[in-house]
Amino acid sequence: MLTCRAVWKKLAPLARASSTVCRQNVRRAGWNNARTPLCVPVAHMSTGPVGGGGDNLKYALLVGAAFVGGLTYAVITVKGDQERHRERMAAIASRKQKSASQIHTEPLAPLETKLEAAAAPDAEAAAPSETAEPPPAADSKPSLPSHAPYLLIGGGTASFAAARSIRARDPGAKVLIVTDEPDLPYMRPPLSKELWFSDDPSVTETLRFKQWNGKERSIYFQPPSFYIDTEELRSAENGGVAVLTGRKVVHMDVRGNKVKLDDDMEISYDKCLIATGGVPRNLQVIERAGEEVMKRTTVFRKIDDFKSLDKVSRNTQSITIIGGGFLGSELACALGRRSTESGLEVIQMFPEKGNMGKVLPEYLSNWTTEKVKKEGVKVIREAVVKSVSYKDDKLEIKLKDGRVVRTDHIVAAVGLEPNVDLAKSAGLEVDSDFGGYRVNAELQARSNIWVAGDAACFYDIRLGRRRVEHHDHAVVSGRLAGENMTGANKPYWHQSMFWSDLGPDVGYEAIGIVDSSLPTVGVFAKATAKDTPKAATEESGTGIRSESETEETATSAVAPAAPAPVVEHRDEYGKGVIFYLREKVVVGIILWNVFNRMPIARKIIKDGEEHADLNEVAKLFNIHED
Amino acid sequence: MSYCKQEGKDRIIFVTKEDHETPSNAELIADDPDDPYEEQGLILPNGEINWNCPCLGGMASGPCGSQFKEAFSCFHYSQEEVKGSECLEQFRSMQECMQRYPDLYPQEEDKENPPPAESGGSPAADGSALLSENDSSSVASPDSVSAADG
Repeated sequence: MLTCRAVWKKLAPLARASSTVCRQNVRRAGWNNARTPLCVPVAHMSTGPVGGGGDNLKYALLVGAAFVGGLTYAVITVKGDQERHRERMAAIASRKQKSASQIHTEPLAPLETKLEAAAAPDAEAAAPSETAEPPPAADSKPSLPSHAPYLLIGGGTASFAAARSIRARDPGAKVLIVTDEPDLPYMRPPLSKELWFSDDPSVTETLRFKQWNGKERSIYFQPPSFYIDTEELRSAENGGVAVLTGRKVVHMDVRGNKVKLDDDMEISYDKCLIATGGVPRNLQVIERAGEEVMKRTTVFRKIDDFKSLDKVSRNTQSITIIGGGFLGSELACALGRRSTESGLEVIQMFPEKGNMGKVLPEYLSNWTTEKVKKEGVKVIREAVVKSVSYKDDKLEIKLKDGRVVRTDHIVAAVGLEPNVDLAKSAGLEVDSDFGGYRVNAELQARSNIWVAGDAACFYDIRLGRRRVEHHDHAVVSGRLAGENMTGANKPYWHQSMFWSDLGPDVGYEAIGIVDSSLPTVGVFAKATAKDTPKAATEESGTGIRSESETEETATSAVAPAAPAPVVEHRDEYGKGVIFYLREKVVVGIILWNVFNRMPIARKIIKDGEEHADLNEVAKLFNIHED
Repeated sequence: MSYCKQEGKDRIIFVTKEDHETPSNAELIADDPDDPYEEQGLILPNGEINWNCPCLGGMASGPCGSQFKEAFSCFHYSQEEVKGSECLEQFRSMQECMQRYPDLYPQEEDKENPPPAESGGSPAADGSALLSENDSSSVASPDSVSAADG
């Protein structure tokens, strides 16, 4: 309002001035006003003689008036804009001051990076009211970097793989990982497998597990000494990887190439990776069931979830796992194993007809379910949960078909919701079919932004657009993103794999699209005692089975021992290869109890050829040998 | 003998060892060793070292990464009769650095792991190398240098 008035005051003299100019112009006969916006139909008001001096004068006046009008409008707009601009700059300046002072007063204690104790008292001293703008404010933020050449949002597997890749390719690279977890980057698969089989009673603290060959390792990718302190990042001569734990990125400014954390701190970047993974889903019926039920429900993804479930398994009599996929089945088997020692009742329920019902063809899913039962698990198939309530110190799960299950604790393993919190502020596209950020074949979302891991919905040149939630994919995509962030420009090409062990007798590795709704062709041999995951690791002398892929171990040239007893039952799916087909092309392969042959499987998928006889293709795998 | 059955859309074939004895007639497409999309081995087609090779583990990216790169590069391009003999300084500086991080680089002086064979096209093992983190931590020192040390 004030603006308008101020402008209006200016208007008057201006109008007068312009009109004077105009009148002068008009006097200059023949001066053509180039800006004649209005084609004013000259209303013949008078019936006086047409043409001649009178009309010309009217015409000139009209043109003059239009010119004046146009000019004043332009002036008003420009003035208005100037005012608005001034106001906005003032607002921004005051906001920056406010946030700067806020950071100083906030205690820096929650930070779990290795901050020197000295830094904290300095920061909490009264902040000067005129702080410099955050980006070059080295003094006002004593410990944390305000700029990171490589910023990785999320501290999981994909992020670590990217950090490693960047450091390998860009000498002296300075990489900052920001994670909202309190832990340094770690691997997830052992949380639902190896850690449960450990004999060490302190495993929940050490998070180390002994592999089959006796070698022990931690779930952390690297010990703390691998990383450098966040405050040393800026000055480190050879660069390094710093991890900022317990902080969440809440806002992303793509135009300004910077992010804002949950404590209002801003970090600018040159290249950014979003590897935010996801959050475990829960069942709506549980979320609506009230606090008593929620207290007795675990969703499983992080180290803390492992610790708490371990504790629960020692202190309750009955645990029910809802979900029949990878995580649910692995946890069921792990807990089932424990149940033989402790008398714990382990129940697993899911809507499908058998374990891994969405992955394995029906005959194999049924076979697997029988194996899971042998691990001590009570499997309830085709179970859809209708309601959960807390009654008489027990959780009562009512199924849609009327069955009722009473248990002490629930583990919900019903899928992952990819974390796309930053999509709105960053203006990034989210995929409506698969969820997650939509990126191209090179994992790029925008110019300086890449996405990898569970949260990335990417274009796979061979298999089409997809989103993959497996460990190896996080490694492969993180690695690729890191390469592309350092200029490689490579598409996703090396197909990632995944694996699962369901007890000592059932183990498989898989690659590509493994969806039970696709037609499959399975080629099986008769199983012998040697064809188990345990045997595979003992033979190749490696630890976790997946490790044998990574090192260039010679395939174990074990001379065939005395023929092991052959299982006679025809429908024993001991070991074999299963091909998943999409329009006659193999798009997915499962190696069922057959190990160390992933490269062949990868090759077949890469070729993308139509094979007339899949039995011939199966021969390439030598399934009868070890 | 092999036996086959169909369960809906899924086909199941049981085969004996004899069934699979004859060589396969399935055709695979020949691989291009210089395909830029593929995972490269330790040595790139242009002769340079692929620092991102999973076979190197975390050596090139850890705190002693730059020392490792210098030492190994020196060795790789060395034309001396005793390969790498002029790289003593770099290797010493690398060992010095590694001694400062004993939990990252376990001090196993006796265990010499010569750098993985510099065969041009040897494809790197699977991309999932991060699982073998602590295992590939032995210092990559060429035999010739340590002989000179002795």
